[in-house]
Amino acid sequence: MHALHDVFAPYGPQAGEVRALWLLTLVVCLIVFAAVLAALAIALWRAPRSGSDARSAPDLSGLRRPEPGTRRSVVAAVVASTLLLLVLIVASVFTDRALARLSTEGALRLEVTAHQWWWEVRYVEPQVADNFITANEIHVPTGRPVIVTLKADDVIHSFWVPSLAGKKDLIPGRTSTFHFRADHDGVYRGQCAEFCGFQHALMAFFVVADPPERYADWAAAQRHSASDALDEQQLRGRSVFLRSSCAMCHAIDGTSAQAVRGPNLTHVASRGTLAAGALANTPEDLKRWIADPQKIKPGTNMPASALSSEDMDALVGFLQALR
Amino acid sequence: MNAPDHAPRSRLKDGPGGGSREAAALDDTWRDPPGLLGWLAAVNHKSIARRFIVTTFAFFVAGGILALIMRLQLARPNAHIVGPDLYNQLFTMHGSTMMFLFAVPVMQAVAVYLVPLMLGTRSVAFPRLNAFAYWIFLFGGLMLYAAFAFNAGPDAGWFSYVPLAGPDYSPGKRVDFWAQMITFTELSALLEAIVIITTVFKLRAPGMTLNRIPLFVWAMMVTAFMVLFAMPSVMLASTMLIMDRLVGTHFYNPAEGGDVVLWQHLFWFFGHPEVYLIFLPGLGFLSAIIPTFAKRPIYGYTALVLALIATAFLAFGLWVHHMFAANLPELGKSFFTAASMLIAIPSAVQIFCWIATLGSGRLDFRTPLLFVLGFFFILVLGGMTGIMLASVPLDLQVHDTYFVVAHLHYVLIGGAVFPLFGAFYYWFPKFTGRLMSERLGRWNFWLFFIGFNAAFFPMHLLGFQGMPRRVYTYQAGLGWDGMNLIATIGAFVIALSVLLFIVNALRSLRRGVEAGDNPWGAGTLEWATASPPPPCNFYAIPVVHGREPLWVQPRVKSDGPEEGGQPAFTHVSGLAADARELLATTVLDARPDLRLNFPDPTIWPLVSAIAVTVLFIGSIFTPWAVVWGSIPIAIALTAWFWPRRPETLLHLSLERRP
Amino acid sequence: MTGSELDVSGLPSYGFGHRSLMWWGTFGLIAIEGTLFALAIGAYLYLRSQSDTWPISAAPPLLLWGSINTLILVVSMWPNHMTKRAAEACDRVRARRWLLACLLFSLVFLVVRGLEFATLQTRWDSNAYGSIVWMLLGLHTVHLLTDTYDTAVLVVLLHTGPMEAQRFVDVSENALYWYFVVISWLPIYAVIYGVPRLQ
Repeated sequence: MHALHDVFAPYGPQAGEVRALWLLTLVVCLIVFAAVLAALAIALWRAPRSGSDARSAPDLSGLRRPEPGTRRSVVAAVVASTLLLLVLIVASVFTDRALARLSTEGALRLEVTAHQWWWEVRYVEPQVADNFITANEIHVPTGRPVIVTLKADDVIHSFWVPSLAGKKDLIPGRTSTFHFRADHDGVYRGQCAEFCGFQHALMAFFVVADPPERYADWAAAQRHSASDALDEQQLRGRSVFLRSSCAMCHAIDGTSAQAVRGPNLTHVASRGTLAAGALANTPEDLKRWIADPQKIKPGTNMPASALSSEDMDALVGFLQALR
Repeated sequence: MNAPDHAPRSRLKDGPGGGSREAAALDDTWRDPPGLLGWLAAVNHKSIARRFIVTTFAFFVAGGILALIMRLQLARPNAHIVGPDLYNQLFTMHGSTMMFLFAVPVMQAVAVYLVPLMLGTRSVAFPRLNAFAYWIFLFGGLMLYAAFAFNAGPDAGWFSYVPLAGPDYSPGKRVDFWAQMITFTELSALLEAIVIITTVFKLRAPGMTLNRIPLFVWAMMVTAFMVLFAMPSVMLASTMLIMDRLVGTHFYNPAEGGDVVLWQHLFWFFGHPEVYLIFLPGLGFLSAIIPTFAKRPIYGYTALVLALIATAFLAFGLWVHHMFAANLPELGKSFFTAASMLIAIPSAVQIFCWIATLGSGRLDFRTPLLFVLGFFFILVLGGMTGIMLASVPLDLQVHDTYFVVAHLHYVLIGGAVFPLFGAFYYWFPKFTGRLMSERLGRWNFWLFFIGFNAAFFPMHLLGFQGMPRRVYTYQAGLGWDGMNLIATIGAFVIALSVLLFIVNALRSLRRGVEAGDNPWGAGTLEWATASPPPPCNFYAIPVVHGREPLWVQPRVKSDGPEEGGQPAFTHVSGLAADARELLATTVLDARPDLRLNFPDPTIWPLVSAIAVTVLFIGSIFTPWAVVWGSIPIAIALTAWFWPRRPETLLHLSLERRP
Repeated sequence: MTGSELDVSGLPSYGFGHRSLMWWGTFGLIAIEGTLFALAIGAYLYLRSQSDTWPISAAPPLLLWGSINTLILVVSMWPNHMTKRAAEACDRVRARRWLLACLLFSLVFLVVRGLEFATLQTRWDSNAYGSIVWMLLGLHTVHLLTDTYDTAVLVVLLHTGPMEAQRFVDVSENALYWYFVVISWLPIYAVIYGVPRLQ
C-alpha cells in the first residue's frame, strides 16, 4: 500500500508547524556551522607553519601581554551564538504554543491501544452503540481534528505518523492524549517508534484520510458486521475459524468469536495491509501468514496453524469476504 | 614510636643531585614485582592504566564488530543475515559496550596514566583501589560477553526501558546480566573518580596552584565530580530493576503503584550527564593537543575552566529532553528545551578559544592536529543537530529515529573518539618511546573522517523519511534502501581505518622512530621525563612555576614569591628513594605539606575483585548470594587493609609528627 | 640535574582532616552515598505523587523502634566524637576504649534496626510503597553494617597492632564516615516514618 511518510511533506497543521520551525532552525544552524568552519579555515590559513621542528620555541607573548583583539573576536562570537540560540528558543516556544492552540472543536475521537506488535483502534462515538473497533488502519475525514487517547497493553510503544504530526508514547499504566488533523486526502504511513521487543521493526499502521462523505460511508460499514451472504465455501471457512485456535484470540462481529487478544477481524478484507503493515492484503499473503506467522514476523505472538489445504483455502476465502 | 634497630630503615633520598645509586633505588622501589604474580599484584598507575587502555580498546573493537553485523543486516531491505532476536542483542550489546565498557572507562584509563605525570608525582592517590577498579571493570565486561556468547545477552536496549526489560516481558537472565554489568562498571567508574579527585587535589607538585594545572587535568577532575553525582542514579535504577525481576518488588509495576516513567527519570538523570562524562575528557584532549601544535599557550585558560564547570552543572539539568514524547507536563518541557540549548554556550566558548589559539599560533599539521580538526567539523555538526533536538516540536518528529542515531554518533565520535585518536597519536611516544607513523596516521584520519560521514550523515535523512531506531529490518519500497547501503559502506570504511590504526600502533611499537623525552616540544610535565617514563615517573619531583612548566623556565630573578632574588626551586629533594614515599601538597596553593607512605604491590585488590564478582554474579541467580557472598569480600578487604609488620616498621623509620 | 632543591625530608609523615588522603576518599564516598540517598528519597516522593493513597494498602510504619534507633544513633555521635579526639591525639589506649564503645552502640542499633524492619507494616513485594520503604531502610542498613564491620576491624587492630600513626588517621576518618551514617539517617527517618502520616 503506497503511503506517505516524510517529515518534510506535511499534510496536516501539526507537521506543517514543525516544518516551518525546522526551516528556520536549519538556516540558523547552517549559518553558524559555516561561520565556525570559516573561522577555523581562516585561522588555519593565516597562521604560519612551524614545521615539525620540536626545538622551535613556543610563542609565550600571550602570557605577558593581554590579547585584546583576540578577546574581542571570541567575545563577539560567543555573544552572537547566544543571541541566535535565544532566537531558536523563542521560535521553539512559539511553535509549541501554536501547536497547543490548534482547535479540537468537533473532533473525531479514537482510542488507540498498542500491543506487541499491533494497533487496536476503537472509534468512540457520541452514541455508545455506534462505537466500533478495527486494527492497524485508521480512517479519518480530512479537515476534521482527531483526538486520540493512547494506551498500552504491555510495554511502551510510540504512535508516529511523520506526515501528520510528531509522536507520542503509549505507556502502560498511563493514559495520554494527542490530536492531529489531516488536511489532504491520502494514505499516511505510521510506525511504532519506541523499541518494544521482537517485532518492533514491523509494527506499522496507516492513516487513511478521506473526504468526509467517503469517511462516513466507511464508518457506517464498519459499524455492521460483514455481509451475512456467505457461500458454502465461505461458511466452511467460518466454521474452520470458529473451531480452530483463531477464535481464541480474534473477534469477528456477528459470530461467537469475541476474544480481544488479537486484532479484530470483522472487516479485515477492507484493510490495505495485514500484520501491521508487514504484508499486502492478498489471499496468497494471508495464507502464508496464517500457515506460519513466525516466518514473516519471528517472535510474534500468533502461533502457526496446522490446517489442511482445503480448510486453509476455505478459511482464507471466508476472511477475504469480510469487507 | 621508634623502630627497633634491626627493623627495615629507609636511608637513600631522592633529589636533583642524586646519582645512579638513588636512581637505581627509585627504580627498584617503584617497579612492579616480576613474574605472573607480580603482574597480577601490580599497583603502579602506569601498569594498571596500560592494561586498562588496551582492555577498553578491545571492547571498542568488539562493539564495532557488532555494529558491522548490524549494518550488514540493514544494508538491504528484508535481509535475513540476522533475525530479530539476535539483532536486538546486537544493538543492546553495541550500545552497552560503547557506553559502559569503552567511552567512559577509556577516558579514566588515560587519565590514570597521564594525571600523575602531568601533576609531577609518582602515583595516583589510591593505587590499590585503582587496581581493584580495573579488575572489577574487566570482570564486568567479561561477564557480559560470556552471557552474550551463551545466547543470554541482554536484548532490551542499552537503556533497558521497563516494562519491556521487566520480569513480565523479558524472561530469563538476559536483562539481569545487563543490570549487573551496570553495577560492575559503575562501581569501577565511581572508584576511579575518587582516585582522580584525590590525586588532583593532594598530589600536585609544589608550585602547581589550581590555576596552573593542565586543562586536561581540569577536564578529568570536573568529569570525576560528575561521575560521583550521576552514576548513583543508574546504580539505583538498575538495582530496583533487578529487584523487580528477582525478588518481586514493584518499583516499575503500575499495577501495584509503581511507575514505568520512574525508570526513565532515574536512567536519564544519569544518562544525560553520562554523555558529558564522555565529552568533557575529549575537550581536555583538545586543550592539551592544540597548544602543542600551535606552539603557544592556550588562549582563554580561565574561560575554558569555567566553561568545563558550567557544562558539568548544566548537564544535570537536561535529562527530560530524552523523554519529550512521554506524557509529562508541557510547561516543564520548555525549561528543558532552554537548558538543552544553553549548554551549547560553554561549548561555544571553548571552540572559539581554540580557534583563537590556532589562529595566533604557528601550526604543526601532524596527525594529532588532524584529528583535532576532524573534531571541529564533526562535533559542531553534531551540536547543531543537538540544538534541533532540544526543541520539543522538532524532537517529537525525529525522536527515536535514525536522526538521533546520527546526532549521537556525531557528538560522541566527533567530540570524544576523534580527540581520543588524536590523543593516542600524541601520547603514544610517551607511553612507548616511539612515534607512530605519520603516513599511516594520515590514512587513518582521512579514512575515518570520510567513512564516518558516509556512515552517519545519511542517517539524518533516514530519520526524516520515517525510519525508527532499533529495527532489525525494513520493508522495500519505503525509500530507505539507498541511504542504508551507503551507511553500511561507510561503516566498513571506518572499520578499515581502525584496522590501520592497530597496524600503525603494532608496527610503531617495534619499528617506530625513537621519540625521546619531548618529541612534540610540548610544555606540560609529562614531557619532562623519559619516554616511557621510569617506574617512579621522575627521579626528582619538579617544582612548577607556570602553566606550561617546560616552556617557562625559572630564571635567577624568578617571580617566585618565596625567593625574592635567589634562584627559584626547580626540584624537590628528600623523599625516600628506597621506600614508596610521595609528597602531598596543599589543596589550593600546592605548598609542600606531608610525606606520605604509599602501599607496595599486593594481590588483595585482585582477590577482592574476584570476591565481589562472585557476589554480583551470584545475586543474578539468588538473593542469598548477597549474604554469603559478603563473607569472602569481608575477608579479602580486611586482608587488603591489614597492615604488614615489615611495612609498618619501614614507615615508622620514616615517621615524623606534625 | 642541577638546580635549586626544595628539601622536604623534614615534613611530617601524617596529618588529619583534609590533609590526609583518606579524608578525600571518605568525602568521595559521602558524595556518592549521599546522592544515592537523595535519589531514593526522590523516588519515594515521586511514587507517592503518582498514587492516590499513601501508604498503599498499609498502615504507616510503627514509630517505636525507628524513634528509639534515631535516639541511639544521635547519642552514638558522642563516643564517636571522643574516638576522633583520642585518635587525633594519637592516644592508642583511649582511642581503643572509645572505639569499643562505638562498636557496642553499633551492635545495639543493628538489633533495633531488625525490629524496625519487622514493624514496617508492609513487605518489599506487597506493592511499590512497600518496595521503596524497604529499599530506603535497606540502603541505610547496608551502611550501618559496613560501618560496624569497619569499626570492629579497627578495634582489633588497635589492640593487636602493628601500629603506626597513619592508623590513627584511619580511625579519625572512620569517625567521619560514622557522622555521615547518622546524619543521613535523619531525613530518611523523616521520610519513612513522617511522610506517611502527612495529610
